[in-house]
Amino acid sequence: MEQQQQRSVSGSSLSPRSPSSQLHLSVSVTDPVKLGNGVQAYISYRVITKTNLPEYQGPEKIVIRRYSDFVWLRDRLFEKYKGIFIPPLPEKSAVEKFRFSAEFIEMRRQALDIFVNRIASHHELQQSEDLRTFLQADEEMMERLRSQETGIFKKKPADLMQIFKDVQSKVSDVVLGKEKPVEESSPEYEKLKNYVFELENHLSEAQKHAYRLVKRHRELGQSLSDFGKAAKLLGACEGNGLGKAFSELGAKSESLSVKLQKEAHQLLMSFEEPLKDYVRAVQSIKATIAERANAFKQQCELAETMKLKEINLDKLMLTRSDKVGEAELEYKELKAESEEATRRFETIVRLMNEEIVRFQEQKTLDMGIAFHEFAKGQARLANSIADAWRSLLPKLEACSSS
Amino acid sequence: MMGSENQGFEEAHLYASKEEMENLVLDEPLNGNKSYSNYRSALSSLSDAHHPLSPPVVATPADSDPLLAPPSYRDFGNPSASDNSYLDPPAYADVIFSPFDADTVNDINGIESPSKSSDIYGSFSRSPSSSSEYIKITVSNPQKEQETSNSIVPGGNTYVTYLITTRTNIPEFGGSEFSVRRRFRDVVTLSDRLAESYRGFFVPPRPDKSVVESQVMQKQEFVEQRRVSLEKYLRRLAEHPVIRKSDELKVFLQVRGKLPLPMTTDVASRMLDGAAKLPKQLFGESAVAPHEVVQPAKGGMDLLRLFKEMRQSMANDWGGSKPAVVEEDKEFLERKEKIHELEQQLSNASQQAESLVKAQQDMGETMGELGLAFIKLTKFENEEAMFNSQRQRAADMKGVATAAVKASRFYRELNAQTVKHLDTFHEYLGLMLAVNGGFSDRSSALLTVQTLISELDSLHSRAEKLEVASSKIFGGDKSRIRKLEELKETIKATEDTKNVAIREYERIKENNRSELERLDAERHADFLNMLKGFVLNQVGYAEKIANVWGKVAEETSGYARESS
Repeated sequence: MEQQQQRSVSGSSLSPRSPSSQLHLSVSVTDPVKLGNGVQAYISYRVITKTNLPEYQGPEKIVIRRYSDFVWLRDRLFEKYKGIFIPPLPEKSAVEKFRFSAEFIEMRRQALDIFVNRIASHHELQQSEDLRTFLQADEEMMERLRSQETGIFKKKPADLMQIFKDVQSKVSDVVLGKEKPVEESSPEYEKLKNYVFELENHLSEAQKHAYRLVKRHRELGQSLSDFGKAAKLLGACEGNGLGKAFSELGAKSESLSVKLQKEAHQLLMSFEEPLKDYVRAVQSIKATIAERANAFKQQCELAETMKLKEINLDKLMLTRSDKVGEAELEYKELKAESEEATRRFETIVRLMNEEIVRFQEQKTLDMGIAFHEFAKGQARLANSIADAWRSLLPKLEACSSS
Repeated sequence: MMGSENQGFEEAHLYASKEEMENLVLDEPLNGNKSYSNYRSALSSLSDAHHPLSPPVVATPADSDPLLAPPSYRDFGNPSASDNSYLDPPAYADVIFSPFDADTVNDINGIESPSKSSDIYGSFSRSPSSSSEYIKITVSNPQKEQETSNSIVPGGNTYVTYLITTRTNIPEFGGSEFSVRRRFRDVVTLSDRLAESYRGFFVPPRPDKSVVESQVMQKQEFVEQRRVSLEKYLRRLAEHPVIRKSDELKVFLQVRGKLPLPMTTDVASRMLDGAAKLPKQLFGESAVAPHEVVQPAKGGMDLLRLFKEMRQSMANDWGGSKPAVVEEDKEFLERKEKIHELEQQLSNASQQAESLVKAQQDMGETMGELGLAFIKLTKFENEEAMFNSQRQRAADMKGVATAAVKASRFYRELNAQTVKHLDTFHEYLGLMLAVNGGFSDRSSALLTVQTLISELDSLHSRAEKLEVASSKIFGGDKSRIRKLEELKETIKATEDTKNVAIREYERIKENNRSELERLDAERHADFLNMLKGFVLNQVGYAEKIANVWGKVAEETSGYARESS
């Protein structure tokens, strides 16, 4: 399978040169539609897959999915691919009122599209069977799987929350129920953990201000509109040259108000959302950190237990007990488990190291685009403001000479 | 100028200000004041609001281009530099963006005040008729002083005086620079004397006595607020082409020591005066003396006149007697209506202007906060960098952060200018009070005339009746004849008074007319100036902001090409 360096662009992810012989997989999440009534109402999306990969029922497949299906996919991947930073999902909406606002729906659609595409372009994750299921299974099967998972993995969300808390406060061991925390102590890894936690704080702050900036654009737009109306009224009252000047000013002010509202929306989608996405990505890393901690504990535990069993076995052998056979068997099993745990842990460490590099590169790219869009938008707005007001100047001159 | 006001005018001012006087006469109460003081507080809260980027007030040379000011935020390498040292913005409202503010007088002489914006428009510069004349008044240096005489209480009555400095080249002043100390009571006196001498003119109203505020506010705050409002008031007086040359103002600004204008007496002695004359007025037949008719009826001594005029105005309303002098001027009524409409729209516009200013302010603040957050992030990534991709990202972020901080400063500067320009709305709202004052002068003068006319009518008919009655008695009726004689004298006196009143009314009408013309012309010029200034500012700063972001867009354009 081609390893494709992809960016999180909405829509399909394509290899730059795409001859038909090249293997590709591209997905898009589109057409949000509100289904159901009242409290049960939800949004469904069309997920379109275009691919020539042999494992898929190509070349094109369209399925209908809802938000909880995406959650299912994320949870499955998280379980199976420990060590990999699973792409983040947009949050469940907290506020009922906005759940069906056009803006929220569009933001969510965009985020879901990016989510699936990131999975599809990750060299490991794209091979996942669960991904195939998600992209191809019919709706009834999906529903079955979804409700199954909520049964088996019911404790999952709670677990995740707990894990987050644990990692934060450095209290360990939900899984093994031990009291004393057992942790890795490599300084490098410590540094990484600290970096991740502090990064989240910084990013959250930046995102908060970005969101406020969107609001400010809207507010400025509103006040320009109100001011424009007032100027027009004043113009009607004054009459003659001055009246005309006020009317022109009012009209300009109102037109600028429209531009500001547009820019506010752009800012939200192209700058604030990517920042939010960045925060979510960091939170996903924290979940992986928690998984690694668990794996480490397991490994330690099993190693401990194995040692004890070994000592016991030696004792039994010395006393030529008839329990030796049994003990030997147990010891062998334990050894295998311990080796398995160690392998699991080491896989996570290896993957994480790779992932960090990939993550940093990806984020530089993502933010580069976001910064560019931000700057472009602000320049565009400022230019149209300058142009609009500038066009008024000759009219004002005319009014004063009359 | 009417010289009569100096003689025996122990006029009682029952009412503290012109507005309340008008309440008695005819007009509806004015609420222009409300929006004015709200804006004032909005203004001062703007300048007081702690902006994340501004350290306490720093003076900057007026013409310095903000972009060239050495900003230490450019060197990020120094990890020990605190956030504050990154930025060195000009003090709020101190920077005058001169290329775009051609008409503004540069005035930063270290006078720091919350509503500094008023300083800049010290002399409203439009193309004035008498172009080379100027007069600049400054109020400063409040000081506490002791009431010297009559204090029963030891350390008793203290009051505040203000230093009033005038610079002028108007020859009538006979000097180019002078200062006096005045207290608020003197200002009240000045205002009252002007009101009497300049009926029909649009005399700017003086600041309120604010008795409640003086108790509730912190002393310092109150004194400062008063200083500012006094300065505004005196400057407005100086702007008025006629009033600036008045004796009253001259004397107020120049004569050291006690203000040589007759003071409006306090309530107590006025009460006594009034009480003494009252019986005679109510039961006697004393006509209103001609010279007294030149002023509207006030309380106290004028009680009888007051009653008569009130009765007359009610008669007018009920269409009883048809007054010989009709409020003709449909034109006048139309203009009055228009002025009222204008006042409403001005009030609305000034409110929206406030909101606009606040929105601009908020935009600048949030942009600045965003910039700071990114600066912190940049520092963090650089310090913790393990990969080149991080350093790259930090560099990109730094570009954005720097631009955001610059843009934030531009927004703040833009806003400082916007505030000054849009303040014109508030200036004119304040002037509307003066306009209404001039109109009510006219109304009260008309009412006086109408009252006198009615009175003459009734006197004439009484005389007629007496004549008829006494002619029926052969040989005449001595007492009736005597009464008739007296009546005829009264009629003569009243006739004289009526003529004086009519002349006064005509004079006031003329004042109204010329003032309306002046108001229209000046308003036209001032608002066009304001609009030009406002628009030029918007253009100028929008261009600067576009420039700043354009550079960043350019620098990050590599990413755009990749993604398409």
